[in-house]
Amino acid sequence: MPSYLKSSKAIQFGVLFIAFFLLNALIGPSESNYLWRLPPLLKDIPFLINDLVRGLMFEWMPIDVYDPSIDEYEQKPLFREITRAISSSFSFVINAVREFILGGSKTIVAFSSWDFIKENPWAVWPALPWTVVVGWAMVLGYKLQGRNLAFLTGVAGLYIAAFGQWSPSMQTLSFILIAAPVSVFLGLALGVFAYKSKAVEAFLNPLLNVAQTMPHYSYLVPIIVLFGVGDHAAALVTILFATPSMVRLVLLGLKNVPTDVVDAGRMSGCNDFQMLFRVLIPTAKRDVLIGVNQVVMQCLSMTVIAAFIGAQGLGSNLLIALNSLRIGTGLEIGICIVLIAVVFDKMSLAWANKQTDYFADLSFTKRYRHFLIMAAILVGGIVMAMIGSIIFEEDFNYFYIVPHNKGLTTAPFWQAGVDWVWDTFFYTLKSFNEWLITGVLVPMRDAYLAMPVVATFLLVMGTAYILAGLRSALIVGGFLLFIAFSEYWDRALITMYMATFAVVVSGIIGITLGAACAQNTFASKAVLLFCDFLQTFPSFIYLIPVIMLFGITDTSVLIASLAFASVPATRFTVEGLRSVPPVLQDAGSMCGVSRLQRLISIEIPIAFPHIMLGVNQTVNFALMMVIIGAFIGTIDLGQLILKAISEPQGTGIGITLGVCVAFIGLAVDQIIRTWANKRKLALGLN
Amino acid sequence: MKRLTKKLMAGTFAIGLALVSATGAASADSSEPIKIPIKNWSSQIVMAHVIGGMFESMGNNVEYVPVDNQASFEAVRVGDITILQEVWQSTMQNAYYNAMEKGGLIDAGTHAAETLEEMGVPNWVIEQGLCPGLPSWEALKDCSAAFATPDSGGKGRWLEGPQSWHGEVMPNRIKGLGLDDTWTVKFAGGADALWTELEAAKKEGRGTVIFNWTPNFTDASGFTFIEFPEYYDGCRIADGGTMDTTGCGSPKGWLKKGAFWKFPKTHPNAYRAFSQLSFTTPQIGSMAALVDVDKMTHEDAAKKWLADNEDVWKPWATSVLGEGN
Repeated sequence: MPSYLKSSKAIQFGVLFIAFFLLNALIGPSESNYLWRLPPLLKDIPFLINDLVRGLMFEWMPIDVYDPSIDEYEQKPLFREITRAISSSFSFVINAVREFILGGSKTIVAFSSWDFIKENPWAVWPALPWTVVVGWAMVLGYKLQGRNLAFLTGVAGLYIAAFGQWSPSMQTLSFILIAAPVSVFLGLALGVFAYKSKAVEAFLNPLLNVAQTMPHYSYLVPIIVLFGVGDHAAALVTILFATPSMVRLVLLGLKNVPTDVVDAGRMSGCNDFQMLFRVLIPTAKRDVLIGVNQVVMQCLSMTVIAAFIGAQGLGSNLLIALNSLRIGTGLEIGICIVLIAVVFDKMSLAWANKQTDYFADLSFTKRYRHFLIMAAILVGGIVMAMIGSIIFEEDFNYFYIVPHNKGLTTAPFWQAGVDWVWDTFFYTLKSFNEWLITGVLVPMRDAYLAMPVVATFLLVMGTAYILAGLRSALIVGGFLLFIAFSEYWDRALITMYMATFAVVVSGIIGITLGAACAQNTFASKAVLLFCDFLQTFPSFIYLIPVIMLFGITDTSVLIASLAFASVPATRFTVEGLRSVPPVLQDAGSMCGVSRLQRLISIEIPIAFPHIMLGVNQTVNFALMMVIIGAFIGTIDLGQLILKAISEPQGTGIGITLGVCVAFIGLAVDQIIRTWANKRKLALGLN
Repeated sequence: MKRLTKKLMAGTFAIGLALVSATGAASADSSEPIKIPIKNWSSQIVMAHVIGGMFESMGNNVEYVPVDNQASFEAVRVGDITILQEVWQSTMQNAYYNAMEKGGLIDAGTHAAETLEEMGVPNWVIEQGLCPGLPSWEALKDCSAAFATPDSGGKGRWLEGPQSWHGEVMPNRIKGLGLDDTWTVKFAGGADALWTELEAAKKEGRGTVIFNWTPNFTDASGFTFIEFPEYYDGCRIADGGTMDTTGCGSPKGWLKKGAFWKFPKTHPNAYRAFSQLSFTTPQIGSMAALVDVDKMTHEDAAKKWLADNEDVWKPWATSVLGEGN
């Protein structure tokens, strides 16, 4: 290759595009031409997966199980008995937490029987008054950080109780209080294993990649088949979704532990166990606890999806509200989810930043002060609930449990807001919508579908080669080949077209907004807070107003994607720009650059690798939302995934489609990550 | 620490196993809770609480499980839920019979209610004369322009439910009726997308043809179903019909009940009551209206309905008890 070709990326891209357009022009649509579309050699994969799961669940190793309820022996496959046992242990712990707060009898049943409950009506665990639970949470907040967090917790609790969302919120909380610790524990264990053994790491890495990029509702069907429907299944889906990032962060944290620290540990004579729990994990504490924080946020972002397979609580109420178009109620529920997320987020971060005081020497009352306060709150709350039962004799006891829909409501206000948005914007947006669909989206989709398969491969692999090198190009080619050999290539092209549009627009929005806000400390904080809100606020809620304004069209799907996918681009840009060393900025200023020049020629290039990681996440978020767009109405892979839920071969089809989506995400990830690492090396960062 | 966690895990595991196998006596109804699914539309949820209330009046334990409609057919097969109280013919029969074929689901009889699931228009479309001649389908030949959307390529649009409901029935019908030059079908992602479209079209005052059913909460605000050529068995392509016959409309559908196969054995009395239970269209409509029109909670609506209609449901519950004892 001549040297001028190697030196300039612009020329390389020029050659690539010319070749790409030539291929496009030369190869016309033809079913028999393999250059146009590859044959679906892998079309049996869904059925293989399906038969495998079915065989395992319903045929493999049948054992005789006595069922006393029908007084008969039944043949049950071993594997299913195992998964069922896991299910019921999860149900047991979730119910135990739930009934501790909300009362009930299932936990007592687990140690006796339903007959026992029937004969002994007193055997019911009473609910805690909401005042007690909120009080306890406030004490916890105070202990972790101080007055501010206690205040925030109190306000959140008051909101939830006053708006009559107490019981569903606590139901949601109870399965998160199980799912989050299990994810943390699993993530910690797997992370440590991966740190200890290269083989485990090599084995886990691709699995984590796929798990992190696979759309979550493509594994809902397999989970139903394996574990059934209910809170336990919801908890399992949530764990599956939340664990990978924890594993990654634990591994990252452990790898970053300085060798000096490890040596010091060794010299002090640590055994393996001490090394791990007294040296490595405490040193990596910050990363590990950021992982905990991530787990909590991801668990809460799953509340709605989890309701599809039986999670009780806010998510399920939200779906019901939206299905009868009660947007106001939906918003109130959404705010409850965000509030729980914010409180959890602040608490776990406060915990992350808390230093253990090894030298404290406290008296009994000082040491157990918080427990004493909590006991006092318990007594106080119960007394209040008793007084409440006298005051509200006729009505509901508002000091005990505020019943659903008997609290305050702001639904009419939000409804009026939605009407206002409609009246103000609809007709302006209508012409914009028509222009966007006929002028941009439809031509873009048609162009994607008109690409011969070789041209697509050339373009993607060529880009990978130029930006990231030969190895990346081959890996990316492998991912694409799997999709091209499946039956879903055309569908995947439509997914890619929507994802491309969403990524480009949200990348521009995110980077511009981030760069603007990064100039000012207050604006940075505000925009990061807004990012947190968008990330945990259930996207299903804004799907409805978006559909009202833009109809059941690709525009709606894309607008909904933008709201979600702009978040990481914005966040990483702000973080990247804010962490440019002040020394470099000063050096620039001294050379006499203007504010804008400094931003463009110093700060952005330095922050570029970090920003690219944000763009990388934007790609994943955009893909996820485009797939969720199936709930609005799309004709891409997402529609097939949604359809798979009701099909007899659904398990296999769902997983295969999920893998296709994951591979699109991973292909982009491969290019961007390698490219960003190269830039980092070139800039001498790391 | 590690050992303790292990022990704890083993403990919960053992309890789990115990839970799987622990159940009550066989002769009378078991005191194990009957699990009733809560799906995401009003009449279904109120009916769940009505049936639950009936079971409770017979001394049974009841538990409500929120579940997605499509997922419920897999769940009832393995006993994660005990009954299905509303199975609509045209949107759910595939999932229903698939589950029955795989085993575990039994047919528990049919409601008296007749259902209709069909393409139709909200009443204002007819009142404003957007398509003169409706509800006859022949009227569609000349008015497609009023129903075009930006992405329909100039054709009129039918907004059909998700593809999982009836696959290619509507696209085939358009072809069968020779309307495919002027009309096209778009699949929505779910019921809430349909209602949003209905609301948006009403605000804008434009025409819309959407898939809908009755009894439904939209009955209250006025909805007219389009009258297509009469349905008969085998007219659709999927049932062996041809392009000439597939233009037929939807049948007057049944509304079935289903149950987990062990339900008759574990709760014989409750099962008999459930198999006799049969609601009519007005009864289902009144359940939905308590929530959708009177804005009651689903639980309160069910309590009110049970109190107001004792003569309807008491016979199902008591006759069984009389025979049982």
